[in-house]
Parts: sequence; C-alpha cells; structure tokens
Amino acid sequence: MGGYIIKRVASAIVTIFAVATITFFLMFLVPGGPFLAEKAPSPQTLEALEKKYGLDQPVTVQYINYMKRLVLKLDLGTSLKKRGQEVNDIIRVRFPVSAKLGGIAVLTAVCLGIPLGSIAALNREKWLDRTIMAIATVGNAIPSFVVATVLMYVCGVVLRILPTLGLTSPAHYVLPVISLSFYPTAYIARLTRTSMLDVLGQDYMRTAKAKGLSRFKSLFKHALRNAVLPVVTYLGPLLAFIMTGNFVVERIFTIPGLGSEFISSITDRDYPLIMGTTIFLATLLIVLNVIVDIAYKIIDPRIKLK
Amino acid sequence: MSDKRNPLSFQLDVSDFLPADESEKQSLVVMRESVSFWKDGFRRLRKNKVAMVSLAVIIFIMIFAFILPAFYPYSYEQQIRGSENLGIMQYSKEELARKAAGEKVFPHFLGTDSLGRDITVRLMMGSRISLLVGLVASAIILVIGSTYGAISGYFGGKIDMIMMRIVDIIYTVPDILIIILFSVTLKYPLKDLAANVKGFAWIETVGVGLISIFIVFSLLYWVGMARIVRGQILSLKEQDYVTAAKALGASHGRIIRKHLLTNAIGPLIVTTTLQIPSAIFTESFLSFIGLGVSAPMPSLGSMASQALNGIRSYPHRLMAPAIMISIIILSFNLLGDGLRDAFDPKLKD
Repeated sequence: MGGYIIKRVASAIVTIFAVATITFFLMFLVPGGPFLAEKAPSPQTLEALEKKYGLDQPVTVQYINYMKRLVLKLDLGTSLKKRGQEVNDIIRVRFPVSAKLGGIAVLTAVCLGIPLGSIAALNREKWLDRTIMAIATVGNAIPSFVVATVLMYVCGVVLRILPTLGLTSPAHYVLPVISLSFYPTAYIARLTRTSMLDVLGQDYMRTAKAKGLSRFKSLFKHALRNAVLPVVTYLGPLLAFIMTGNFVVERIFTIPGLGSEFISSITDRDYPLIMGTTIFLATLLIVLNVIVDIAYKIIDPRIKLK
Repeated sequence: MSDKRNPLSFQLDVSDFLPADESEKQSLVVMRESVSFWKDGFRRLRKNKVAMVSLAVIIFIMIFAFILPAFYPYSYEQQIRGSENLGIMQYSKEELARKAAGEKVFPHFLGTDSLGRDITVRLMMGSRISLLVGLVASAIILVIGSTYGAISGYFGGKIDMIMMRIVDIIYTVPDILIIILFSVTLKYPLKDLAANVKGFAWIETVGVGLISIFIVFSLLYWVGMARIVRGQILSLKEQDYVTAAKALGASHGRIIRKHLLTNAIGPLIVTTTLQIPSAIFTESFLSFIGLGVSAPMPSLGSMASQALNGIRSYPHRLMAPAIMISIIILSFNLLGDGLRDAFDPKLKD
C-alpha cells in the first residue's frame, strides 16, 4: 500500500511539473507577449513593461525564474489586465465560490444518481426503469451550457420562479447546481444500474436470501455496497467535468467564481492569469484524482495494488 | 452388378462406388452462404431499431449540414441590410415590398441575427463544423491511437513499459485545461505558418481555428484509444495465426497491419464511433467559451453563446443550436451503443 501511494504521488508530481512546463512554453508561442492587445502601447511603454515583468530576458532564464517562484513561493505571478492584482489573491477570493458550487453539484449528482440507478435496476425492464434510463440517455447527450441556458430561459425568463444572476441566496444555487449535476447524475444512474444488475445476479445475493435476510438488509448491506464501487472510479472524471462545467455555468449565471474569471482571462488574453489558473486547477484535479484512486484501493481490497 | 449375390457375401457392392450424380452433389452443398464478420454485425445492427433511427437522423443532419447550404439562397456570412433581428418566418419591410411586387422571397425560417444573417443557414454551417470536428478528430485519434497502441502491445517489454508510462502521464493531465491553453495559443503560430511558409496556405482555407482544434484533440485524446488497442493486441498476439505468420517470415509491420489490427476491428469501430460525440461535446464547449472556429464562421456553441445576450427577446436563437447539438450528440451516442452491441458484444456493459 505504501509503495503504491508513493508511486502515485511521484507520478502526480511529474504530471504537475509537466503541466506547468507545457503552460509556460505554450504562452511563449504568443507573439509580442501579453501586451499586444487591441490598443498597442508605445514602444517605450512596452519596453518598460517588459522589463518590469522580466519579459526581456531569454526564455530559459524566464522559465527558471518562473519555476523558482512557483515551487519555492507558490507564487503564480501578477495579473496583467487587473493592474497590481496577484493571481494568488484572485484565486483566493474566487475559488471558494466555485468550490462551494462544485461541491454541492458533486453531492447532488452522487445522491441522486445512485438511488435513481438502483431503483431502475430493481425495477428492471418495467416502466420505471425505462423512464429513468430514457431520461439518463438523453441527459448524457446534453452539454451543460445547453442545460444552463435553457433552464435560465424557462425558469428565469418565462416562469420567473428562480433568480438567475449571482449567488446571493440559497435559491440562487438551484439553477447552477441543476445545470452542473444534470449530466453526471445521468451518468452515475446508468453506471449504478449496470453494476447493480450485475451484483443482483451474484451468488451471494441468493445466499443472503436463502439464509433469510430481509430484502431491505440484503439490498443495503450486500448489493448497494458492491454496486457503488464503479461510481467511486467515476469520481475523478466527475470532478473534472464539474470543473469545466463551472466555466460555462458561472459565465451564464454571472457567478463571481474562478470559472468565470478564467473565461474572461481568456477573452482578455491575460496570460499570467490564464497560466496561474490552469496550473492551480490542474494541480487540484491531479491531487484529487490521486486521493480518489487511493481511496478506491482501500475501499475495494480485491483490486490488486500495482 | 448381379442380383444373384448371396446376401451374406462380403463382396462389395460396386454401385456404391459410382461417381455421384448432380442431385446427390447438390444435397451436400452448404445451403447458407458463410456469414462474414461484417454481414453478421450489420444484420444485428439492422435489428436494433434505436440504432437505425439514430443512423437515419445522422444521415439527415449530414444532408442538412453538407449539401443543403450549397442550394440555400442565403449564405452564412451574408448580412442582409434591413432585415436584422427578424423573428421566425418574418420578413423585413423591403422583402415584404418585394413580395408585394410579385417577387418570390425565400423565407427566413428561423429569422435573422443582429447582423441580418439568416439563422437557418448558420445553423447548417454550425452543424457542419460540429460534424467535421467529430469525424475528422475521431479519424486522427483512430490513426494515432491504434498505431501507438499496436506498437506498444506488439513489442511488449521495455518498449511497452516506456510507451505506456507516457500514456499514463497524458491520461492524468486534465485534458480540458490543456485543450483550452492550446486553443488560446496555437492560433498565432498557425497563422504565421500559413502566411509565411509556402505549401501551408491551405491552413487558411480550412480555418486556423478548426486546424488548432484538430491538433489539440489529436494531441490528447488518442491515449484512450491507445490503451484499448494495446489491450486487444496483447491477447491477439498470442494467437496461433500470428506464430504462423512469423514462421512464414512476415515482417512486424505486416503482422500488425494484416493480422492484429484487422482482428481488433470491432473494438476499433466502436471506440471511434463513441469518440465522435465526445469530440463534438468538447468543440461546442470550446466555441461556447469563445475559442474554436473564428468568426464569421458559426459554430453551434458560439451561436448559443451569442444568443445569450438576447435571450429575453429571441429565445429561438438559443433553442435552435441547443436542440441541434443535443440531437447530434444523442444520435451518435445511440449509434455507438448499437454498434457496440452488434460488433463487439464483449464490450457490452
């Protein structure tokens, strides 16, 4: 177990390092640097700016400086468009908003998807199963921006029952959370149904029935416990999905989170901010994935430790 | 030949050894033609109603996206003066006047946008982009992934280990972030390449945005394909026909191409088909956040994103691309599931 954890952590560190390097060098492909926006500054200003941000030095020196700051001080640099604002500060302010929204969405997807999938499996080939699976199949085909915009129009503009802008009250969370968790809920429901059907056909379920265990007990103690294992493996992709979903959902509902900040930094071509956010989110995802993987190995001892 | 033969005699009846006549030969011919892999698969696919309906929808959308724009009286970038912001089936004053004069005016089925561009034809072009991205990206992923996976699985040992470590690392990289990053930055060097290097002018014709999407997808998404192909090859290479081919002196390339990949064709088809909707998904996401193909070329994602501002007055502008993209993804998903059931029953979950 210890060996596995060390291996996983080491490979995660390599990946994070690779992402940081790719990010840095990709930003170098952009000609003229980050100051060449709509209105070009005068050559003198440009030179002064480049000097200030160390852009006049050779690539290798800049890379080493950048990495040094990143590793030793965890410093992601300064935003170019928002004068003087540290990327770290922007993330510190914006990220909790996104994390809260994303966390609620993850919980919703898991808490809705597993019961729905189990109900479908227990009513196999009946109308309830067919309805749930039809909805899940359609749900798996709708991008989150479509869910979000349509919900916004129907609930916010036509029916006017829910607020659509910002995140100031609990009611504000309803639409963004539905938009974010729609696809993963559908996916988890399908996943749970398949594995539940598999588990229900196992010998130990028959044994449980034969030894007189109540249906409730056999379902919760034996079936569900084994059936949710594949859902644990989906948690990694789920987190990634919620994160990207956050980008568009925050933009649509004008939520002041890190996602909408990231999108506007792309439109603004604010390169340090793009870089910083990418590295931060990538690190977060990679770390979360390592935790999920290790947790999976602990939960299911049958999985061989590589 | 005589009938006087003693019934207990051991003498052979010569008539048993006469050449068979036609009717006897006919009775021995196998009545049914042998069922090839393709025939068997397609027979199963044809029985799957959901998959067949999805296939029909896909073909319909392809006609809508690739053929109809050529015959459509408006073009996707044409800004019709005076007919900005028309609603569904509305005409502008000018067009009404022309109609009154007896001229035939082609209706704007879905109205026009704020620049006076016909939304129906833009929807067609947007679907074209989505389909193009899905099909081309999947084809590239198929080529790279199957080559890589086949080499890794076939040679095994150290080569396999190193190649798979690379795959593992790419697999753990958060793909969407890197894709966004590439899309932000790749446009500049590509534009540079098209403008300054001879022989690369075609990049401009295809569109820088589209090319960078292809590059980005093929850089990251092939790893899943590579893993699946490698798994297939690992089990296939132990088969006797591979040993036989080796004994006959076939080269490694020939064995991989003719024996291993052809026998893994089922999973290859299924994985490629299921790759299409996920590529379309990602493309629509990218164009929604303002990356992807460059204006005036429309994409379903960017159309939905632009419609967001006028959602109160012109909801149909949002609904049209939203419904279109969902239908495209849904049909490809269902077709992929059908193909999996038909060609690769082992993969069925």
